[in-house]
Amino acid sequence: MEKFQTLHSSAVPLPLENIDTDQIIPARFLKATTREGFGENLFCDWRRNPDGSPKPEFVLNDPKYSGQILLAGKNFGCGSSREHAAWALDDAGFRVVISSYFADIFRGNALNTGLLPLQVTDAELNRLFALVERDAATQFVVNLPEQTLHVPATGDSFHFDIDAYKKECLINGYDDIDYLVSQKPAIEAYEQARTWNW
Amino acid sequence: MAKSLFDKIWEAHVVQPAPGGLDIVYIDRHLIHEVTSPQAFDELEARDLPLFRPARILATADHNVPTRNQHLPIEEPLSRSQVDKLTANCAKYGVELYGLGHARQGIVHVIGPELGLTLPGTTIVCGDSHTSTHGAFGAVAFGIGTSQVAQVMATQCLLLSRPKRMRISIDGDLRPGVTAKDLILYVISQLGTGGATGYFVEYAGSAVRALSMEGRMTVCNMSIEMGARGGLIAPDETTFAYVQGRPYAPKEAAWDQAVAYWKTLFSDEDTVFDAEHRFDAAAITPMITYGTNPGMGIALNGHIPSKVPASEAESFDKSLQYMGFQRGESLLGKEINYVFIGSCTNSRIEDLRAVAAYVRGKQKAGHVEAIIVPGSKQVEQQAIAEGLDKILADAGFELREPGCSACLAMNEDKIPAGAYCVATSNRNFEGRQGPGSRTLLASPLVAAITAVQGRIVDITQYLN
Repeated sequence: MEKFQTLHSSAVPLPLENIDTDQIIPARFLKATTREGFGENLFCDWRRNPDGSPKPEFVLNDPKYSGQILLAGKNFGCGSSREHAAWALDDAGFRVVISSYFADIFRGNALNTGLLPLQVTDAELNRLFALVERDAATQFVVNLPEQTLHVPATGDSFHFDIDAYKKECLINGYDDIDYLVSQKPAIEAYEQARTWNW
Repeated sequence: MAKSLFDKIWEAHVVQPAPGGLDIVYIDRHLIHEVTSPQAFDELEARDLPLFRPARILATADHNVPTRNQHLPIEEPLSRSQVDKLTANCAKYGVELYGLGHARQGIVHVIGPELGLTLPGTTIVCGDSHTSTHGAFGAVAFGIGTSQVAQVMATQCLLLSRPKRMRISIDGDLRPGVTAKDLILYVISQLGTGGATGYFVEYAGSAVRALSMEGRMTVCNMSIEMGARGGLIAPDETTFAYVQGRPYAPKEAAWDQAVAYWKTLFSDEDTVFDAEHRFDAAAITPMITYGTNPGMGIALNGHIPSKVPASEAESFDKSLQYMGFQRGESLLGKEINYVFIGSCTNSRIEDLRAVAAYVRGKQKAGHVEAIIVPGSKQVEQQAIAEGLDKILADAGFELREPGCSACLAMNEDKIPAGAYCVATSNRNFEGRQGPGSRTLLASPLVAAITAVQGRIVDITQYLN
């Protein structure tokens, strides 16, 4: 997993609520058996017409917007547990998704992919959308060790919460599997001690 | 101290606390399928890790499989390659596979309970968000991502933070024509598509207790549709009667010991939940969804809301535009093109019986294509044994072979762009049943009546 410390980037705004993982990566693209290449079909049905031509009104097709931060309405990533949604965002070059809340499974999948789900309040999210609307090139600084989101041009600064363990994992590029494998003796002891074993 | 059902099960599975307030939680059952497992097997291989407890894994092919001619090789090359990869991985790692051609193949959340692998008091995970289904048995069951699938393969454990607890109580009697599906669509419409995010839900109350196991599975299945990590129901005599005698259920002395333990699995009287909601069963009417998330549901004879909070207006109107509906409109009289009866929500024998009981001696409307996809080979065989296949065929319904099918349209079973489909599945997201498809979620009974009438009707006037 790629390490994450700080990120300086502009943001791509997608001010819709309840963006589900079927939109992020439609089910028909889940037939691949590797993790790579899903970025090509990120938001496919919003991005492209049935004939494959781009829908110019969709934000990812608007040359005005670019960056490694996706700014999205609340309850981002609801629905299916497909980790392919996080892989698709990552593969398309996003490193951070900002929303006012994330669906639980998506949040976990993002963290396991090295994609930072950065949660702000509803009011802060509205402020961020307003900043990007005013100036699409607005730069943001995400500082994971400090847990801050900073806007140099306006002086806005927001604190965000993240689980302390997950923060360490992101900063160091570790994942849960390393830790769990190191705990195998305890896991085997638990199995032995259990009185029932159906 | 008073403990909730959820906490009793969770605490029995904590191997030990981990840094950052997390727990190492032991997983009793790991269900895998062809779509979310290949990258996890690859990860084991890349890290040179053995599969820790193969006997605790159940594998099936369901998401991608065709629902016609399952005895023939899968035509679609990518689907075939995914199913082949599952078969090869299961053979390599010694995992029991209930694949195509197996007498017990089916949707993973249908066959787990059928096999007696889904048991009260267990922890169950699967790389599929509808794993919450198994909570119907008083199990802590939830969906996980592929990285976590690999973790469970490697260690039979997950590193988790304990979710908050919510109790949803529904008391009273459901009215005629109102089913478990209406109950859960109603609850989701009240709480919203993100209303239970961060929580594990316990369903309680006399209306829930009165449900069959099939009904309870339908309710728990859709917990994720309001954002809940999972949902569960305390096991009782209904649960024990369903489980007893199934292939993997405990037998003889072990059965008695198990039941004695399972009877301790309920929320203590003084349990304080982080959130509580109460609903009156008699207030629930047959439901249908009109929008593009499962929280956008109304009574069949109700109206689409005309007012929504300003902050939600853009998403709401985008959704209605996709569906071709207007604010404030009634759905009654809307013509329907497809009816899909199936999915891990509603594809069990009770669902097929409900449909057959209504359509017996009737005909589907000429312009409607009606397909029924049983949840498993066992359900299919039972339906044939009961003669339901003939009743359905006479009414113009096509009974297919088991799989996830048009619920997520990974296989050939797709609803065309712009067409309306009344579906017994769990999600009405944009394009869920195929690019441009328009899904209206409802119960099997509503779906059956809609197929016959060819349009949305107030089913209370059409009950047999």
